Amino acid sequence: MALQAIAFYMLAFVTIAAGLLVVSARNPVHSVLFLITAFFSAAGLFVLLGAEFLAMLLIVVYVGAVAVLFLFVVMMLDVDFAELRQGFAQYLPIGGLVGGILTLEMVFVAATVATNGAAAKNGLPNASPGGVPNTEAIGRVLYTDYIFFFQLAGLVLLVAMIGAIVLTLRHKPGVKRQDIGKQVARTPKTGMTLVQIKPGEGISE
Amino acid sequence: MTFFANFSLVLPEIVLAVAALVLLVAGAFRGKVGAIFTLAAVAALVAAAATAVLGPHGRAFGGVYAADAAATYAKVAIYLSSAVAVVLGDRWLAQRGDQKFEFAVLVILAAVGMGVTASAGDLISLYVGVELQSLALYVLAAMRRDDAKSSEAGLKYFVLGALSSGLLLYGSSLIYGFTGSTHFSQIALAAAHGGSNGVGLLFGLVFLICGLAFKVSAAPFHMWTPDVYEGAPTPVVGFFAAAPKLAAMMMFARVLGDAFPGAVDQWRQILVIAALISVFVGAFAGLAQTNLKRLWAYSSIANVGYALLGVATGGEIGLQSMLIFMVLYMVDVTGFFACLQALNRDGKPMETIEDMAGLIKERPGVAIAMTAFSLSALGLPPFSGFWSKYYVFKAALGTGDVMMQWAAVLGLVGSVVAAFYYLRLIKSMWFDAPAGAVDAPSLSARAVGFAAAIFSFPIVLVALVWLDPAAKAAAAAFGHA
Repeated sequence: MALQAIAFYMLAFVTIAAGLLVVSARNPVHSVLFLITAFFSAAGLFVLLGAEFLAMLLIVVYVGAVAVLFLFVVMMLDVDFAELRQGFAQYLPIGGLVGGILTLEMVFVAATVATNGAAAKNGLPNASPGGVPNTEAIGRVLYTDYIFFFQLAGLVLLVAMIGAIVLTLRHKPGVKRQDIGKQVARTPKTGMTLVQIKPGEGISE
Repeated sequence: MTFFANFSLVLPEIVLAVAALVLLVAGAFRGKVGAIFTLAAVAALVAAAATAVLGPHGRAFGGVYAADAAATYAKVAIYLSSAVAVVLGDRWLAQRGDQKFEFAVLVILAAVGMGVTASAGDLISLYVGVELQSLALYVLAAMRRDDAKSSEAGLKYFVLGALSSGLLLYGSSLIYGFTGSTHFSQIALAAAHGGSNGVGLLFGLVFLICGLAFKVSAAPFHMWTPDVYEGAPTPVVGFFAAAPKLAAMMMFARVLGDAFPGAVDQWRQILVIAALISVFVGAFAGLAQTNLKRLWAYSSIANVGYALLGVATGGEIGLQSMLIFMVLYMVDVTGFFACLQALNRDGKPMETIEDMAGLIKERPGVAIAMTAFSLSALGLPPFSGFWSKYYVFKAALGTGDVMMQWAAVLGLVGSVVAAFYYLRLIKSMWFDAPAGAVDAPSLSARAVGFAAAIFSFPIVLVALVWLDPAAKAAAAAFGHA
């Protein structure tokens, strides 16, 4: 129990500290690195809760894909760091106020849940009800009870994909592309023209 | 309930999703948009509307999706208005040599999202539906990517839409935290036994209402509307102002009517204030506008205010008035933007009030249609706008709640202020000297404009005979989650 408590406090501290550093680091690349740290510690917290599947998902999806993608984008963008920081002091008071309010509310929510429990249930919900590992439990409901949401989420991703293509794909004229069908269908007749050259003259072109 | 019974309930969305996928593949391989492509998209939307009408009623997937009279009513309006948008949009893009097959696909996918939100029975389906609809709309706003204003509209819409989605989600998470369920019927149950969780739940409800108010562009969350309307392609704006507005209003009705029927006193105050601010922002800010798209953006903010007044009234009568109001408004606004897209001078769109000077001499048909829409938006009898406002004010005055009665009176005052800019447009069209020849309008835009204008006056009287009981039945379906 003591070990678990130590682990929890450590992971929680790192998560919050890394979260703060994400927004306060001067260098965007450092921010992304702290973001990865925050995701990682959050995954650790999930493990402590017994939700291994969510923990692994967080690492695979957020750390593995999203954060690394961010890193590439940030590194490839030619960001003017000095300019980036200019508006900071200007937005600080209002941003701080909003952040403070949201924090207060979250404390309020947490306190209520801690005293009353989340709705009917008191105490922590069991991560493995009936001895079913949570990976399996998610698998059992994802394509049955939640099939509607699952398919809809698929459509949302499809729209995102279509949108990205519509807004960025440009068919430039004059770009030479490989067309294998055309290459294979090429015969001496189509690939060659016989020209009768008159003595003393070159070929036009 | 068997798997197939569930699927038969969501058939309208399945029809549309399959049609979108087929059209996407067909478009990707053929790369061209012909009349057949547009026709297929329209046929899919009409077929979905027909399935919504003919399909069975019930609750699918454990109650997260409700196929009831309210969903049917909204879906028919949403799908048909999307079908009109596909026709107008494809023609408009074709005229500019910038035709994209994705336009029809995105409109269909947006319609799927709107259909899902209209029959949401759960916070998750509400949110996923909102995202599906909004993502498609962001792309549509930025469709003309070489036009700086269109890109700006898309980006603004996207950033503010993401913010509003955040508010929506934050509210949903609070509601889930305090009730232990995302299901509307469970939330209603938990809210009824409020107790110590009441205040927290109310916080969640406020956030949720803020998020929805963003989507429906009610003041004070309206800032994005004029800029997006000004920059986005005209037929897309006509679409924005019609179907998504009804879908967002349906979300209000679903959340407040199904999940929080017991907390009327709490949400009524919020809605009345949002409604009145919307009416006055729409009326006063509209006075300063010269661009017609911006003007109608403010007009739509004001009209959303009236519809919210109907929702705030609550109950069967209030929701019925909102449903009738929205459908009549959708016809008007679609017609107006169809006329606007039909008007070009030397290949450039006519978008300001000065451009409309003397239109009655150049294009009498279009000018008369636009006059009808302006008078209707003004609320002048016997046009449809009068009847829609009549329903809302009658419902608000009939509550016996003094606040609602005052709200109705203030709403009337707001519509008198707004009368100025509608009349200014009419004056410009009828009495000012013409500013030059107008290009020949495209047939489809003119046809839609005229049809909507004819609906706005004589047909509306016949339509109300059918619309009134349909909306009543739809309104009666709320509160049975």
